[in-house]
Formats: sequence, C-alpha cells, structure tokens
Amino acid sequence: MGEFPGMNVNAAAGASTAKPWVGQSIPRVEDPALLSGRGRFIDDIGVRPGTLHAAILRSPHAHATIVAIDTAAAKQARGVAAVLTGEDIKALTASLVVGVKAPVECWPIAVGRVRYAGEPVAMVVAESRYLAEDAIDLIDAQYEALPAVIDPVRAMDPGAALLHNGFPRNTASDRSFKYGDPEPIFADAKRTIAITIRYPRNSCTPIETYGVIAEYDPGEQAYDVLANFQGPFSIHAVLSRALKVPGNRLRLRTPPDSGGSFGVKQGVFPYIVLMAAAARATGRPVKWIEDRLEHLTASVSATNRVTTLRAAVADDGKVLALDWDQVEDCGAHLRAPEPATLYRMHGNLTGAYDIRHVAVRNRVVVTNKTPTGLNRGFGGPQVYFALERLMQRIAVELKRDPVEIISRNLVPADAFPYRTATGALLDSGNYQQALARAVSEGGLEALNARRDQARAEGRIYGIGFTAVVEPSVSNMGYITTVLTAAERRKAGPKNGAQATATITIDPLGGVSVQVASVPQGQGHRTVLAQVVADVLGLTPADIRVNAELDTAKDAWSIASGNYASRFAPAVAGTAKIAAERLAGRLARAAAAGLNTESDDIAFAGGFVFSKRNPDNKSPFSRIAALSHWSPGALPEGIGQTIRETAFWTPPELTPPDDQDHVNSSLCYGFIFDFCGVEIDRVTLQPRIDHYVTMHDCGTILHPAMVDGQVRGGYAQAIGAALYEEYAYAPDGSFLSGTFADYLLPTVAEVPEPLILHMQTPSPFTPLGSKGVGEGNCMSTPVCIANAVADALGVADIELPLLPARLAEAVRGAEMAAPSGTKAPETRHGDRRLSGEGSAKVAASPQQVWAMLLDPTTLAAVIPGCHSVKKLSHTDFTAIVTIGIGPVKGRYRARIVLSDLDKPAGVTLAGNVDGALGFGSGKGRITLAPETDGVTAVHYRYDAEIGGKIASIGGRLLDGAARLIIGQVFAGLARQAGGDTPAKGGVIASALSKLRSLFGGGR
Amino acid sequence: MKPAAFDYVRAESLDEALDVLRNEGGDARIIAGGQSLMPMLNMRLARPRILVDIMRLAELRRVEPRQGNIAVGAAVRQAELLEWPALDRDLTLLSLALPWTGHAQTRSRGTVCGSIAHADPSAEMPLALVALGGEVVLRSARKRRRVAAHDFFLGVMATDRNDDEMIEAVEFPATNGRRCAFREVARRHGDFAIVACAAVATERGVRLAVGGVADMPVAREFDILPASALDGALNAFAWDLDARDDFHATARYRRDLVRMIGHELIAEVTR
Amino acid sequence: MTRMAAEQRHRIRFTLNGEAVDRACEPRMLLTDFLRHEIGATGTHVGCEHGVCGACTVNVDGRPARACLTLTLQVEGSEVRTVESLADRQGRLGLLQSAFRRHHALQCGFCTPGILMSLDALFARRANADEAEIRDVLTGHLCRCTGYAPIVRAALEAAAELRGETNREAVDA
Ligand code: FES
Ligand code: FES
Repeated sequence: MGEFPGMNVNAAAGASTAKPWVGQSIPRVEDPALLSGRGRFIDDIGVRPGTLHAAILRSPHAHATIVAIDTAAAKQARGVAAVLTGEDIKALTASLVVGVKAPVECWPIAVGRVRYAGEPVAMVVAESRYLAEDAIDLIDAQYEALPAVIDPVRAMDPGAALLHNGFPRNTASDRSFKYGDPEPIFADAKRTIAITIRYPRNSCTPIETYGVIAEYDPGEQAYDVLANFQGPFSIHAVLSRALKVPGNRLRLRTPPDSGGSFGVKQGVFPYIVLMAAAARATGRPVKWIEDRLEHLTASVSATNRVTTLRAAVADDGKVLALDWDQVEDCGAHLRAPEPATLYRMHGNLTGAYDIRHVAVRNRVVVTNKTPTGLNRGFGGPQVYFALERLMQRIAVELKRDPVEIISRNLVPADAFPYRTATGALLDSGNYQQALARAVSEGGLEALNARRDQARAEGRIYGIGFTAVVEPSVSNMGYITTVLTAAERRKAGPKNGAQATATITIDPLGGVSVQVASVPQGQGHRTVLAQVVADVLGLTPADIRVNAELDTAKDAWSIASGNYASRFAPAVAGTAKIAAERLAGRLARAAAAGLNTESDDIAFAGGFVFSKRNPDNKSPFSRIAALSHWSPGALPEGIGQTIRETAFWTPPELTPPDDQDHVNSSLCYGFIFDFCGVEIDRVTLQPRIDHYVTMHDCGTILHPAMVDGQVRGGYAQAIGAALYEEYAYAPDGSFLSGTFADYLLPTVAEVPEPLILHMQTPSPFTPLGSKGVGEGNCMSTPVCIANAVADALGVADIELPLLPARLAEAVRGAEMAAPSGTKAPETRHGDRRLSGEGSAKVAASPQQVWAMLLDPTTLAAVIPGCHSVKKLSHTDFTAIVTIGIGPVKGRYRARIVLSDLDKPAGVTLAGNVDGALGFGSGKGRITLAPETDGVTAVHYRYDAEIGGKIASIGGRLLDGAARLIIGQVFAGLARQAGGDTPAKGGVIASALSKLRSLFGGGR
Repeated sequence: MKPAAFDYVRAESLDEALDVLRNEGGDARIIAGGQSLMPMLNMRLARPRILVDIMRLAELRRVEPRQGNIAVGAAVRQAELLEWPALDRDLTLLSLALPWTGHAQTRSRGTVCGSIAHADPSAEMPLALVALGGEVVLRSARKRRRVAAHDFFLGVMATDRNDDEMIEAVEFPATNGRRCAFREVARRHGDFAIVACAAVATERGVRLAVGGVADMPVAREFDILPASALDGALNAFAWDLDARDDFHATARYRRDLVRMIGHELIAEVTR
Repeated sequence: MTRMAAEQRHRIRFTLNGEAVDRACEPRMLLTDFLRHEIGATGTHVGCEHGVCGACTVNVDGRPARACLTLTLQVEGSEVRTVESLADRQGRLGLLQSAFRRHHALQCGFCTPGILMSLDALFARRANADEAEIRDVLTGHLCRCTGYAPIVRAALEAAAELRGETNREAVDA
C-alpha cells in the first residue's frame, strides 16, 4: 500500500504531530469485496430452504374500479403456493397511517379500486420467480375504467374525479403561512416579479432495485424481515401498525450492502407489508426482488410541483418579500412520510438570502400517479428551481448582472447563526467569500469571454448561476408544520434527530463500531473507522465497522437511517462521542496502571501513554481488554469499558412554534454554482461546456468521498435537467417504463465539474461537518436552466430540457410543407393516436355494409380473430390474437356500433384488453360507391392505448397501430374479392376495432 | 421479468433449423445474438413456443464478396463485421454506421441479420441496407428467395419474411469507391435514433436514406441540384416521411433534422 | 436434432473462470440467474434485465456480453469469465481493481462488476485502447453514484500501467 503509508503501520507512540485520519482520502474498507464480486447485496444472500418467490400483478389502468379478479387458474399453476389479492392482504393487515388528518386509507395493494398504473392488484408466491410470473399471466382481472386525474392544478377543480372521498377536491392539505409582514410590502412595492414553474416527475433511481425477504413465526406472532430499506426508521412504527404487531415483534434487518438508494429505497416499505403478509399466509419465507419495469413504473417518485413565486423587488435588486404558492403532487396515496417533501425546506424557503417577509400557501394534492417518497434533494430541486429561476428573471428584468443580484441578497457574513424569516437557524457560513472564490477560482471572467466569443461566431451560448443553501439533518418535527398549532398540541411534540453509535471492545482489545446509518454505498464504514481511530490512537485498519441494522439488537431510533445527509454531521459525530466516552474511561484505567493522572493520558500509535513521559506506555489492546479479563482491576467507578452506546440529538431542533416557525434542519451548507452551456444549432442539445460548483459543507471528513457525493449528485441533476422524466399520458398511462425511455445519463453526458471547497465548521455538530450529498440535486438543474434561459433569451424553461422543445425558440416557425402536403396536427406528449385512410373494395356498399355487421366476416377479416360473438346486431365481443413481429398477445375485444347510416356510414366504439395492455377508441367508417361496383371505404379513428405496452413500447406504438389497421383493411379487401392493398398506403379503414386491436397489439 | 417457457433447439444444420420453421411457423423464432429478441422475451412481449439457435452453423458465419455484393451471413455478429479487414474499403457505410448500433457490449453478440430481421424503424442496419439498395436472402425448407431492401421492410417490426422463412444472409453492394456519409441524432449515444441519415453517392447524385422517422427506413434519390432547389426537395422529403410526436421528440424536430442533416450529408458525399 | 423441452432441465457445459461447469437448466434460464442462483457466483449483478444498465456484463469467449440477454444454453461450450476471476485466490486485487480503489471509482459497487468486465475485455483485445475507446465502452454502463469521472480516471491509469508506462504494485486487498 505504498501510496498510503501508515495505513497498516502504527505511528510511533507519542507522535503528537501524527496527522489525523479524519480529513484524509484513505482507500475504502468497502472496496475489496465490492471489486471482487464478494459484495453481499440482498439478492446475494442465501435464503432458507423452502423460501417462496413473489411476483406482482399490476394495474394497467391509472384509475379504475376492480370488477373481478379470477385467480382460479393461477392457483392451479405449477409451483404456486398462494395467490393473494387486496382483500386477502386487507384481512391480514391494517392500513398504512397517513401523514395528515383525514379519513383516508392507504393500502400497499389495491383494494376495490386502482389509482395509478402499476399499482399492485394481486400477488403470486411460487417456487421460483419464473413460475410466479407464469401464474401472474393466468390471473384474469377485470376493470371498469374511471376518469384519470393527472394534472395537479386541475385535480383541484370542482368537477375533477375524486381519488379518495376523504380528500375533497383531491386536496390533502391546504395551509397558508405568514412571516413578517409581506402584504404591505407587496402593496407598496414598485416592482413585483413573478415566475410560474412546473417541476417534473423524476427519480434518482438506483441501479439495484428493491428486495424483501420476510418470515413469520406463528408461535411468537412475530415477523422477521430483511429488506434493503434505508430508513427513516420512523417507518418501523408504520410497519408494525400495518402488520398489527407490537414493535418488538417486527424485526427489521438490512443487508450488509445496498446498491444505492438516494432516498428511493425508503419506498420499499409497502412491499415489506405485502411480503410479510404473504409469509404469514403461506407459512413460509417469501422473497421478492423488484424488477426494473416494476421499479420505474411503480416504486416511488419525487414530487412534481407547480409553483408560482412572486417577489417584491427594490430598484437595486434587493428582494423585500416573497410569496410562495406551491401545489405539491404526491401521487395516488399520501404515503408516509409525505407530505414531507413539501415541508423539508420550509425553514429555508428564503434560500441563501436575507429576506424578512414571506407569505406561503402550500397545497398537497393527490393524482393518479405513483405515490411519491424520498429522493435525493427532497424538496430542494422543486424549491430552488422556482427561487433561482426567479433570481435570474429579476436580473433580466432589472438588466443587471445575475451575480450582482445574488450578492445583494445573500445573508451577511457576520449574521451567523442567522434565523430566517420562516424559522431556520442557518448555522454558519460566509456566502460572500464562497461566491468570490468561486468567481475567481472557477474562471468566470474567462467564461464570460468565451460566451462573447461564441455569440460573435453565431453560436448559442449562455451562462447560468445558482446560490443554494443545502439543509442536512432533518428535524423529525418539521413535517408537523403541515398541522395547525392546535393539531400539533393535540398530537404531542415531535422534534430532534436522535443519532446512535456503539463502540465495542473484544477480549483481544479489538475495536468494533456499530451504527444505524444504513449506508447505501457512500463509504460510512471507512469514515467511522477514521473517526474512531483518531480518538483511540489506532489506525482505521484496526477498527471494524458493522453498519447492518437489526432493530431487534441494535441501538436505533425513529431518526435512524440514511437520509437528509445526516451521516457526517450526526452519525459520525455520535461515533466520536461514544469513542471519547470510552477513551475517557480507558484513560482512567490506564492512569492507574501507568501511575499517572488520567488527564496525562494520551492515545496514539496503538499505545496508551503518559504525555509527560511517552516511554511510560502500554499497548492499547492491553488496557482495552482489561474489562473482559479482569474487571476487578479497573479503578473504582469506571464501570465497564466493553461497550459504549452514545445517543445524540441536537438541542437546536425544536418543534415548530405556534407561529409555525420551524428550524427544519440542523445544518445548512452553502453552494454557489455557475456554468456555461452551448446549444447545438442542429440537434439543439444543450451541452455543458464548463461547470463550477463551490461547496461549503463545514469540516470535510474524507475529501474523496465528499467529491464523490458532489459528482454523483451533479450527474443525477444533469439527468433531471436534460434527460429524465417519469412521463404520463393524459389518461394516466405511464410512458417511461424502461431504461430506453427513462434516460439516465452515461459517461458521455456527464462532463466533469470543477469542484471547489471552503470549510466553515458547523458549531452545532460534533465534528463541525454538514451534509453534502444532496446539494447538487438542488443547485444544478436550475443552474443549467438559467444558462439555457440566458442562451435563448426566454423566460419559460421546462425540465427536462428536451431539444425538441427548443425548436420554436431557436428557429421560429417551421419551413412550411410543400403545397399538396397536409401538415398533421401536433399533439406533443399526447398518447392518443389518430389517423385516417381509405381503401377500395370490389363490392357494393351494401355488400361491404353486410360484411361489417357480420360476425363471421369480421372473424375472417380481423387478423388473429378466434371468435366473434354477436350480443346484439350492434354489439360484438371477440377474442383476438394480435401480433407484430415477435410481439403477440391475446385480447378480449368489445365493439359497439352506433350512428348507423345504412349503407353509408357507421361509428364503431370499442375496447380491448389483455396481458400487454388495453386500448379504447372510436372510429367512423364511411362507404361511398364508385364505378364498377367498387366501394371506397374511408375511415377515421381516434384511440388510446395504455398498460404495459404503453409504458415499455411507446416509441413503436403508433407504427404498430397503423400496421394492424392496415392488416384489417387488407383482410377486408381480400374478403370482398378485391386486391390486397399495396404496402404502405392503402388501408382502409374502419374499424375502430382495429384500433382496439392494435391496442393490444404490440 | 423472466421469459415465459419455450423449447430450445440448438440447430446443428441449416436443414434442422428450416425444418422447425416449416413445422412450427409463427410459433418459432430464430435466435442468433438475441440482442433484440431477449429483452422482448424477458418482458414477455414475445412468447414463442420454440427458439432455434443458429449460432453453431458455420455456413452462416461468413462475410464474403458475391458478384459485387458483400454477403453477411445470419450468424455474423456486429462486432465481427466491424473487425472484418475490408470493411472500410468495401462497406464504408457500415464502418460508419456500426459504431452507432447499440453498445460494444451488445454488438459483441448481436448479429447484423438479426437487427435487420427485427426491423426496428430506428435501427442502423436496416437503414444501411436500404441506403445501399441491398438485398435480403430468405430461406425456407422449400426455397431460397431474394428480396430487395426496399420491399423487405413493411412497417414497424414487420417484414416480408414468411413464418417458415429465415434470413440466411443479407447482401450489401460493395462500396466501389462511392462516397458515403452517416449521421445520427439520439437522446444519448447508443439510444435508438430519433433521426438517422445515410447518404451514398450515385451516378446522378445522391441517395439519402432516413431512419427513425417513418415506420421503416426510406430512401430517396437526389439529383445534383442548386442549393435552393435542394432545400425544397429535402423539405418535401421531410414532410413525406410523415413524422410523429413521441415523448422524446416532436415531428417538427424530426423534420428539422432531416432537412439539416440531409443537407450536410449530401454536401459531404458530393464534395 | 435435439429439441430441449420447455419445462425440463437440460445438460449445460461451459467453462467459468477457468473451471468446468457441468449442470442442467431449463431453456428459459437466463445466464444471470444461472450464475447467481445456481452456481452462487453473485458478483454478476442484475439492474434491468433488458440490456441497458450493464450491471450484468460478463465475458463470453473474450467479448463482453450482457448476461441478462443471454440464455444459459447459448453459452454451451463457451468460456465465460466474471468479476470473480479478477482478483487472485488470495484476494489480491488485480491491476484494474486496484486502480478503481485508488480513484474511488465506486460507491455502492453495484454497477462495478459489469464495468470491470467490459474494461477487462477491452484491454485484453486492445492493449492500446485510448481515452475515446474507453469512454465509448463505458457508455454501455449506467452508474448512479459516481458521476463517472473517477471511473474514467481509473481506467486510464490502468491502461497506462498495462502498457507499461507506469509501474505500480497491486494494492493488497
Ligand atoms: S441487467 Fe443486464 S444490462 Fe442491465
Ligand atoms: S457505484 Fe453505485 S451504481 Fe455505480
């Protein structure tokens, strides 16, 4: 280990000049196993013989009543132990508690009604995942579609369909707040500048998906669950209640390794309920590993939000007051801990700025989308996209330099700790200095010159800026800000952020550390070894850290877990406290042995020694093991030195006060970013030319890991800014179901940022450090957006910045179609399909008419039609197999004819559904006689497709639909004795069934 | 996300493979590299009753000149063609387009013919075949027939191949010194093309082919024209492709790309 | 002609990391599942099962391959290598692995085995691979943690070492 001297060699005793381990980028203890395929992720861990595997049937509809679920065939299938529906789960569990006071239930599986595409409808447990999926295909679920509510603002319309009766107007919460005196300031302001933004849905989706292994012991009525859950462990209480057991009968453990989380693995918890219930129902352990389609469609999402933010602005650019109106979309269920995303930033709604007057209206709505949950940045991306776009607009409108506008408003350097208008206590910082250093070290002057040069050459280039305060260590009470003061009084106080750490000494003097930080790949074990090694005078290699959590054996609290960037500020500091306590007692034991006083004792180089006489020393292990071998030899009053558990919660985290001020987090780091972005004239792709990110996250414990967090967040933010969206069609169909549609940036899309640091220690944390993991998810999307706004001179920027969306702004109106070509109407993002066509059939209109209405002809005409049943002369059902290339599926179709105008025209309405999805639509067919007994058949259709096929095959859907419609008309023409229409064009049309056909089609 | 059950035949001879196709028709599927088919199996979009693995058939693993064409057998992997020594000279367009096909990790297994059989309208191999005016050699137990690229692709994932047939080889006309150009725009490198264009110099001008816009790659001949007339001709081509919106791109954006990239490529090959 | 019936297990033989494998599986068994759950070689990870994320990348006959897009029966007679082959039996990290560790080119490590196998295959075939080639190969992998820069640096350093431009002892595991 040449380049890390000292890693395995103890420094000389008494070398008080030895460099502390904390602050060094030592190699990680986690790496050798992970680099050699010896990681232990949840799906790597063996299970008990007899363990069953689960698969889940999910709703193809965004909103529908479940009419019937026939599980008989699935139950008979090979290897199946049980098939469970919502009713079965309901019988075994209780509803998940909901974070607002309202008469609503929240089940982990649909009960009676589905409210988002991908919601679990039934589950199969079988001997293997393969067999479980086979049986899923045999479940016959029938739905009656309901209108879907997708837009969060329209969800509040009086006429909108209701998701939950307990949420009138689909609104789960509507609270207004006033801090300072905003109204008169707005009334008097010479200038009010406003911006409205719609922050999209996205997720930091980790590469490892969810996994749960659950067992039930009927003898003790207790559950034992292993899940790659990341916390917060407040959810343990939610789970215990849902499983109807006392907390001590739900043992929840986490595996040694987790393949990333970024908040997302908090969302595994509803599946813990499902798998635990399945284990109970079958009497056998049940394992479930989520697949990627399930994950993208239905795991969890960050909230999308519609925000109108107004500022009263003085002539010099000083912001005098802010008025926030936020509409938060939490998806179909308000799952714990929501609506936390909305309130996490409540204390720092004024960002990095000194703004004393703030009005806030916060509404939380439900829509027919996947329920939301934790996601890196948690509320920050949404808030800063509005706030920092607004600052850019202020600069534009006042024709001033954005850096000047930001600087004018920053919290003064001498004001820390600074209490914000809404209640946060910004712990420390020097924002002006950070900004100045970023500007000079990041080369802003050169970047400005680069922009001027680019523009002079006719290129499209812009520069964006952001200043952000990054909160960390959440106050467990911030979420109660959603309640009124009176409701809070009734519910009892909630606050704090209890962290825990345990140090253990074994009989040979070896030191172990246990924490409840549930690392998700960040390297906690390495940093804890550094922290404890410094206190005990050892090397990190001497310390063994175990970060698996077992709620039955470990010290933990509701605040435990991996979220709110709490590791460095809270958990690492708590480990230090535990180590110091143990060191204090060991010092007294050593003092007795070395004949000196305990304050003369120091720990270094693997020895405990007298500071005055470093030769008077004893190996650490000898002193450390005393408590095991000879407890009687320890001086009076020391107690044991075998194990020390520290609990730490910061006093600054108090509950919200009666005026709704809340210190929502303990620490507030500072970030100042700027970037140059060029937009390609041909592809319109924004390319990040230069990105500078300055961070002040207090004391840095491991520089390489801090930079790793910055780069990782930055890369995810590039995804959010430019590529990633959980997109929904107006009917609630989910459109981003694969990694070919939900686009994570690759190495080619992530240019390296210039990372700068400044260290202003936090006075409130044991090590002076603050969180750093989430900041760039907050700062980078809006920084890029501001650069694009600067490049194009536009005010409205929508994320993700799809190149196609920029066409108008860059190029103006499109070159017209040559005369004779008909421009199709554009309906961007709309999944509705429409089209028309015509064909000539060698038969009279009467003959064609008769064919259209005759089941046997239809059966012959429709490709893959097994049977057509005539319910009445205008109402048919059919079973069809539709295939495009290798993609084949069997569908149930229903066709109803109306507006019969014999033999000139008929309207067909219909729907199909099957395992691959469903379709519905309407078409009008007209028949016009031509010469020679030929009939011109003309059709026009309008259809919608949903379900699996829409979420994973969207790109090819239109074309596949046209193809099947073409097949139908080819068949019709053939049947009528006409020519098979030639490739490509013809088609004729009619049948909306066809559309339905295709609906199921591909 | 596991495939539904299927039988598997590891064909030891071409006749064996053709026999299965004759007997099972539409319920059988050829698997070569599997890079298009396997995702569909895993997602259960496709559920064939039987898969026929043709990768052991030595006679299908050849790249060989045939009367002015270069024949690429059904078992030739994309990576193998990319390493074929004469590629730059004899299949210049392929040398430009292949690096855009998937990623190194899928080219290593995916075959050229498999991509063509799959007929994704955005894929590079079908585009190259259409741009060059190549042919597909189809084989059934009964006969062998040749279909021009232009007639082979019928729509999204739809081709002129009958259920009892398999692609035995595709033939690309050799470059013969003609200039070629290729350009693709995708959301990220390696994604399916939003628009991909290939241009090949011809006697009278340029053949420009476009993938990712219509339901299949479409080629059009352009005479050498003055710039303004070319603008009009490209605009007409762009509109004729009947571009659609999806959530990655708009129809207008696709037409813009056809016009702009079309211009660039035509200039490049007629320079 | 041998037709292997859907719901039966059929013999499969190949070489895994230099050792003979002789077992049986159903035709639809994915190579990922076979390696992980039948053999217990869990170093090959599963992130998407549709060929995009790259976590499952292994080497088949010297070329990188998505194990999730490979049927076990397809590798009959092949030489398969996985991440488990990269360190020696004493657990000493190989040169590429050591470079990853030095550069903090991994966080959660879930994407890492696939990336290592792609780079390993690249370096084996193209000893002089330059940065453009390295980056091109890396576009076939998704990493959600690192932002890629340290991965590129580690790969470049390993490439230079392999060319003998620098000399560094392997880091002890
Ligand atoms: S699991 Fe194979 S590429 Fe993602
Ligand atoms: S290290 Fe976590 S995904 Fe790459």
